[in-house]
Amino acid sequence: MQSIGEWLDARLQLAGTVRETMEHRVPRDTSSFFYVFGSAALTVFMLQIVTGILLAIVYVPSAGEAWNSLQTLNHSVPLGWYIRALHGWGSNFMVAIVLIHMVQVFLFGAYKFPRELTWVVGIFLLLMTLGMAFSGQVLRFDQDAFWGIGIGASIASRVPVMGAWTVHLLLGGPIIAGATLSRFFALHVFVIPGLLIAFVSLHLLMVLKLGINEWPMPGRIVRKATYEKQYHELTASDGVPFFPGAIYKDIFFTGCILLALAVVAFYFGPFGPSGRPDPTIIQTAPRPDYFFLWLYALLSLLPPEMETPALLIGPVVVLLGLLLLPFIFGEGEKSWRRRPVAVLTILLVAVALGTFTDLAGHAPWSPVMDAWSGDPIPATFLEHRTALERQGALLFQLKQCHNCHALGNEGGKRGPALDNVALIQTQDQMIRQVIQGGGNMPAYGKNLSPPEVTALVAFLRTLHPAAQMPARDASREVVNQNAPAGQPF
Amino acid sequence: MTLPDMSRRAMLVKLGLFFNGVVAVVLAVPILRYVLSPVLGGRKTSYTSWLALGPLEQYPAGQTRFATFRNPDVTAWDGKTADSACWVRRIDTAKFQVFAINCAHLGCPVRWFPQSGLFMCPCHGGAYYEDGSRASGPPERGLFEYPYKIEDGKLFIQAGELPTPGSPTALVNIGEKFPCA
Repeated sequence: MQSIGEWLDARLQLAGTVRETMEHRVPRDTSSFFYVFGSAALTVFMLQIVTGILLAIVYVPSAGEAWNSLQTLNHSVPLGWYIRALHGWGSNFMVAIVLIHMVQVFLFGAYKFPRELTWVVGIFLLLMTLGMAFSGQVLRFDQDAFWGIGIGASIASRVPVMGAWTVHLLLGGPIIAGATLSRFFALHVFVIPGLLIAFVSLHLLMVLKLGINEWPMPGRIVRKATYEKQYHELTASDGVPFFPGAIYKDIFFTGCILLALAVVAFYFGPFGPSGRPDPTIIQTAPRPDYFFLWLYALLSLLPPEMETPALLIGPVVVLLGLLLLPFIFGEGEKSWRRRPVAVLTILLVAVALGTFTDLAGHAPWSPVMDAWSGDPIPATFLEHRTALERQGALLFQLKQCHNCHALGNEGGKRGPALDNVALIQTQDQMIRQVIQGGGNMPAYGKNLSPPEVTALVAFLRTLHPAAQMPARDASREVVNQNAPAGQPF
Repeated sequence: MTLPDMSRRAMLVKLGLFFNGVVAVVLAVPILRYVLSPVLGGRKTSYTSWLALGPLEQYPAGQTRFATFRNPDVTAWDGKTADSACWVRRIDTAKFQVFAINCAHLGCPVRWFPQSGLFMCPCHGGAYYEDGSRASGPPERGLFEYPYKIEDGKLFIQAGELPTPGSPTALVNIGEKFPCA
């Protein structure tokens, strides 16, 4: 065995370099479970390559056949479902680990001198990872994917002047069809992975050449003039060889991540595919994959007039900020204990993304398209009601009010829940609101006859707690008192 | 090695690089033309071809009906994605409105609810009135409309391009009109 090794090394001449790389000295503090996310991301990426190739053996990148080939993978090819699950969950794991890695690097000040370029390359790696996540979702080519590309195209179309061009270039033609899938296949399988491999190599090379970021100590200030000398003194005086001094934690953590991935993939199974990508089947409510849910929420909640600027300028600002960060704050404190703004930024971004993602989970801005026919009005809202009021309840269903307004927590949440609406609006206000709409509600004047409005409002007037009186217009009583006998309002 | 020899080699290197540069440009032209083929014309006739939506009797006056059509530019491997859908509103005998299925916000498929006379979008909650005008939600405009004509008792539309907020009509003749032109 040893002689084979020697024979090989006599020709490859790699053993020295490998040994040198593995045993290069790193600061003792960096042998830490905070320093394992980069290697975990790399391992998951390698697993993605393997499972991706395995899927490509069966997958057919054709708009007409992709969906069928996924069904074959799911149901006919032995363990095809598991490879799909590994690849799909691997993608989620990878995005998550890359983000955690980025947060760690940011909080530990690792982007500062002399590691600016490592950070910049890392930003491109993040973009590519997200690009892989999106293009992978497209390759699933189900209903969600189909309409998801449409959303991508609609966003791209808002680019000034070049909008229509961009869309055609993205779709490979005027519509989402065979050419679209083929070019996303090329992106997902050749272009982005190729770039990823190149950039990961560059990223790793820089980590090796510049040394891993030392554990930040409050008060240990980074200065361009002195940093490198200090770093070398640190690794010399208080360093350990990377192998085995630090790598064992990477190995242990990577094992845990791979095991977690294997278990999660086994337990939850593959993603979809959802319905067939048929543009004539419109009974669908497309949702993006997990890591784009926050964007889905943002696009629903932004005021319409802010949307296009936010979509076009927002990403540029964020990207520029990330790219310029190490050049603006290349020196100074590294420790998060002395960088409150950095910590608050992370918290703010995390809370914002978390909130948006959570909101997207129940999508209160989407009408529940079948609430009018599928969700019942709870019985408490119908008991002891007059015929007119029940007629109103019927209209509430028939006119799709329920799609946007909840009663007893059933139905849409696009508009306010109406459980207690009679406390808030007087009869006149209700009539006006129903007929004229406003405040993001369509006007129903054309689609409700006067008797229908009367019935609907009669029902709405019953929506208040038993112990509380409905809202009333005090002036009405005076008007009624002064009205000729027999003609009160 | 003598100095004149060095400069000769250096010149040969430069000449070689220049030669490769010329070849690169020669190769770049067909490659770019190939990559940009979706936007550099060649298909423009399809946008102005008329697509049949069937006999007029399918569309009762005063009602809005679902219709499907096959896009003018298709390949054999497009599968079902070669088809598209639209909403046809017949106002009276000869007046129609043909709406794209795509929401003017981000392109999700809108659904027609005849009872309330509204189009609703399942994605971000856009709503439109029966004439396609915006009723509520995030869309900045009404539904996209396809041009139509009636011939021999049949309805035809000009479609074939995914309508998007940045290119709202089905008649953006990409091949004919360059940006900034």
